[in-house]
Amino acid sequence: MAEQHAPMLSLRGLTRRFGGLTAVDAIDLDLGKGELVSIIGPNGAGKTTLFNLVTGLDRPDDGAVRFEGQDITGLSPERLAAEGIARTFQLGRVFGNLSVMDNVLIGAHTRLRAVKPTVPVIGPLLELGLALLRPASVRAEEERLREEVKAILARFGERLLPRIDQPAYSLSYANRRRVEIARALALRPRLLLLDEPTAGMNPTETAEMQGLVAELKAEGLTILLIEHKLEMVMRLSDRVIVMDEGKKIAEGPGEEVRGDPKVIEAYLGHGLSGTTEQESAA
Amino acid sequence: MSSWLDYTINGLIVGNVYALVAVGLALIFGVSRLINFAQGSIYLVGAYIGWVAVVRLHTPLPLTIIVVAAAAAMVGLIIERFGLRPLQNSVRIAPLLATIGISFVLDQLVMLTFSPNPRALPSQLPDVRFQLGGGTIGPLDLLIAGVGLTSALLLFVFLRYTKLGWAVRATAQDRDAAMQMGVDVNRVNQAVFGIAAALGGVSGMLVGMYYNQIDTAMSLQATLKGVVAEVVGGAGNVPGAVIGSLLLGLVESYGVAVFGTSYRNLFAFLLLVVVLVLRPSGLFASARQAPPEPLTGTFIAPSRPVRIPRWALLVAAAAFAVLPFFPVSSYVLQTLINAWLLGMLALSLTLVAGTMGQVSLGHAALLAIGAYTSALLSLTLAVPVGLAVIGGGLMSAALGTLLISPSFRLRGHYVSIATLAIGEIVSLVILNWESVTRGPIGISGIPPLSLFGYDLISPFSVYWFSFAVMLVLALLQGRLLGSHLGRSFRAIRDDDIAARAYGLSLNRYKSLAFIFGGFAAGVSGGIAAHLYSYINHETFNTQQSILALTVVILGGLGNVVGAIVGSVALVGLPELFRIAAEYRILIYGIVLLLLVRFRPQGLLGTI
Amino acid sequence: MTNPSPEPLLSLFNVNTFYGQAQVHFDLSITVARGHIVCLLGGNASGKSTTMKIILGLVKPRSGEVTFDGASLIGLTTPQIVRRGIASVPEARRLFADMSVRENILMGAFVRNDREAVALDLDRMLTLFPKLGQRLSQRAGSLSGGEQQMVAMARALMSRPRMIVMDEPTMGLSPLYVDRVLELIRSINQAGVSVFMVEQNASLALEIAHEAYVLQTGRIVLSGPARALKDDPRVRDAYLGGSEAA
Repeated sequence: MAEQHAPMLSLRGLTRRFGGLTAVDAIDLDLGKGELVSIIGPNGAGKTTLFNLVTGLDRPDDGAVRFEGQDITGLSPERLAAEGIARTFQLGRVFGNLSVMDNVLIGAHTRLRAVKPTVPVIGPLLELGLALLRPASVRAEEERLREEVKAILARFGERLLPRIDQPAYSLSYANRRRVEIARALALRPRLLLLDEPTAGMNPTETAEMQGLVAELKAEGLTILLIEHKLEMVMRLSDRVIVMDEGKKIAEGPGEEVRGDPKVIEAYLGHGLSGTTEQESAA
Repeated sequence: MSSWLDYTINGLIVGNVYALVAVGLALIFGVSRLINFAQGSIYLVGAYIGWVAVVRLHTPLPLTIIVVAAAAAMVGLIIERFGLRPLQNSVRIAPLLATIGISFVLDQLVMLTFSPNPRALPSQLPDVRFQLGGGTIGPLDLLIAGVGLTSALLLFVFLRYTKLGWAVRATAQDRDAAMQMGVDVNRVNQAVFGIAAALGGVSGMLVGMYYNQIDTAMSLQATLKGVVAEVVGGAGNVPGAVIGSLLLGLVESYGVAVFGTSYRNLFAFLLLVVVLVLRPSGLFASARQAPPEPLTGTFIAPSRPVRIPRWALLVAAAAFAVLPFFPVSSYVLQTLINAWLLGMLALSLTLVAGTMGQVSLGHAALLAIGAYTSALLSLTLAVPVGLAVIGGGLMSAALGTLLISPSFRLRGHYVSIATLAIGEIVSLVILNWESVTRGPIGISGIPPLSLFGYDLISPFSVYWFSFAVMLVLALLQGRLLGSHLGRSFRAIRDDDIAARAYGLSLNRYKSLAFIFGGFAAGVSGGIAAHLYSYINHETFNTQQSILALTVVILGGLGNVVGAIVGSVALVGLPELFRIAAEYRILIYGIVLLLLVRFRPQGLLGTI
Repeated sequence: MTNPSPEPLLSLFNVNTFYGQAQVHFDLSITVARGHIVCLLGGNASGKSTTMKIILGLVKPRSGEVTFDGASLIGLTTPQIVRRGIASVPEARRLFADMSVRENILMGAFVRNDREAVALDLDRMLTLFPKLGQRLSQRAGSLSGGEQQMVAMARALMSRPRMIVMDEPTMGLSPLYVDRVLELIRSINQAGVSVFMVEQNASLALEIAHEAYVLQTGRIVLSGPARALKDDPRVRDAYLGGSEAA
């Protein structure tokens, strides 16, 4: 765990409260380049809230997020996407009326250059003009991205390619999850956050997804994964972090964490032996 | 009659009237998360029922109040049962559009029954004034205050001590949980609509008596004021609505005291915009909980657009282009010119409301900005008309986007309220900024359309000109939709949170949509100004905004071809069937209601 | 499958449920015998909560049958189902946050019209949940999670139900409250109320349940007497979703 370089992502004392409930409670986390770390824990443990804090959709009440050495706490999600952070959502947030192709192209939005000149003030107007005029450079860029989207979709075998022009709302649940991951990949992320990518998938589909995530890891992508299917977590993760009631209760290699009685207890249920000091906080 | 005490009393009395409307809005919003745009129409109905009771039936005052409350409540129940309950399981845009449609139908029915001319509504109370400190107070003031207080007390008792009242509160806080306690949500909705309508109706009657005049323009004003008060107090917050109303009444009254009567409404809408920008959940809102995760595409129904082959579009365009060569009457050409002008507005609105999901109810303001700019440029600066029209489009794009930008952070219903208010502000500024806009007199003698020095006066040339402009705008918009901007707009509409997570800035893309749409609407307004040769602050009114919205829904949200087809249909069909002008808006309202109920994706489907 | 004790109070038979195109339940069949506690276990997105919603009529299945006390519940509205004698403790409590604790508890008796008896039942609740006595006029939203759970249970009991369905009653509670809640479920059950609970917390649920079902991506993969399942390693496997237990 001791990296020579600054970690890619580092969280320090990250905290988020909702009314009386502390959804994320002083979480520390370091994620090195190329590492795959999984966050597990029962429902309501605060995993998704943690993702929201990292991706700017929610602001922490306390603590800091650093990405590649710079402080990104509280930056807008737009900025963070431009920095190379991509995520998928727990409930699957595809753009329902957009085709599969357009959904994934949105993922590449931060990479548009020809059509989005970085000129201050009149930049947006130039963007409008270029979108209407479409000079060769813009067309070439769009064409290149479309080819790239097809290549990304091809990673899902025949699941998405034949449906490339169908609106996302017509897809099965599993396919929507795949579209989300394709969209995230189109951003060419330096950090990828996957929120339960296999939720609602059957064993075959889960195995496929596991294969894909393994491939991404092998390609050197840094991944933070929320997942309930422990088998998959064990196979993929360099490290596993266990959260319960907003707190990190364990961290370490998969097998070690798996044997930790605290983890079994958190996951399968607080046995009747639980610690009682939290009573006053509840 | 000019002491501060008088203005304070007046402000509180007017605030009381607003409260009767706003409390109903708050109850309805609490239970069904719906802003009832038909609330003002019920207020209008109440005023006219009051007139019938007083003038025709000579009922004594207490009976008048009971009759009005009961009749208005009936209207409310009918709206709930037949207008909204069938939409319970549809997308969220549906009930919003339905209340807009219902409001137009009701207003028109009142207008057709009683004629649009104002009527006197006598107050049935002795005309005396009591001295009170430095001011005076009349029996009608006391009556209004009394009705306001009594209603508040009755409502409090109802909500706090009756079973149905508990059900209303429980439903407002957690609909699903209330159902699991055995609460019949339909009954709760009924109760709430009945109460809201009774209060609204009585309020309309009291206002009629207060000014001793009622007319059909009261409806929209009441909706706007009620909504302002409710939003200021925090949507769905009943006590907040009362406080918001009193505050609004005072702000208006003091504003009038300082600046004059014609500024009354300006203050109301500025208050709304300020509150929406600074505290969108109202002055008394509690701290927000975790943001809910809405499912995608719940505001606009998913649908597959109807694909029209390119050759068919070409054939249709060519047919309309050569139409003047055939022996058609100038009446037909005139009708189609109107359709093309409306088509430009509809293109603009279908981009903003359909593609971008910002259901604008103040779109006619963009027409007005374009029309005034173009007229003034050509009249005072002698700019050639062709350029002046483009100038109108640019001004509309710039100013429209600037004005609307505070609402970019709002969603759903709030966007509609904000745009409605901004539309009213534009019209009020035109009315009051006499040095530039010539105020209530309007601008006359606007030069006719001309291009490169040639006047376009014959129906043929005007037809071709407007058709060509509309076609160019449509082609540009089609091109826009096919670009990365089209998909970005639609992505933001479908799920703005996911869109932001992928780097799409809401401000940037909403601005671009309004810039493009503002240009099209401004050009339409500019052309209209030169065709009409006279415009004033009422030329471009809310009715046009609603007509454009109906066209957009009819054609299919975001659908370019649909916007044009819808315009031709809504302008042409009434002409074809020779429907008298006064019935047309009624028919538009009914068309809107039927569409929302039976074909929410419109003729050609959402894009 | 389960021991055929008396005729079942609640039964789901071959239920198939969809959200849009996505299938949530595949031929789901579950029975709750009179007087029993039955729990439905499973991980996230296994379709547990949807099962609750099916019973309460909040979600309509595409096919299949749901019967309560011999009569079908299909096509009934939620209030009608509640009037048949099913009360619920929803996920995350779902109290009426701005109403007082007293009002919340009394909302549970919404379907009843016997005012005097309701008043007596309120007193009974206060003996059952003594802590709530001092909090009656407090806003329900200001209570701690554990106290809210007490209110939710009291609220459910106020309708004098024949069955209570509970969605993750121990979720987010501190261990002490967890024990208390479990004790209460047991005592409610001993008073003659059948209980159907959806739980992620397997070891606890199996502690008090008579029968249990394990749901994995919409299919029942394991079921039987809780006692037998308690030590069955397949529960853990199926439930955590890793191995291909199906």
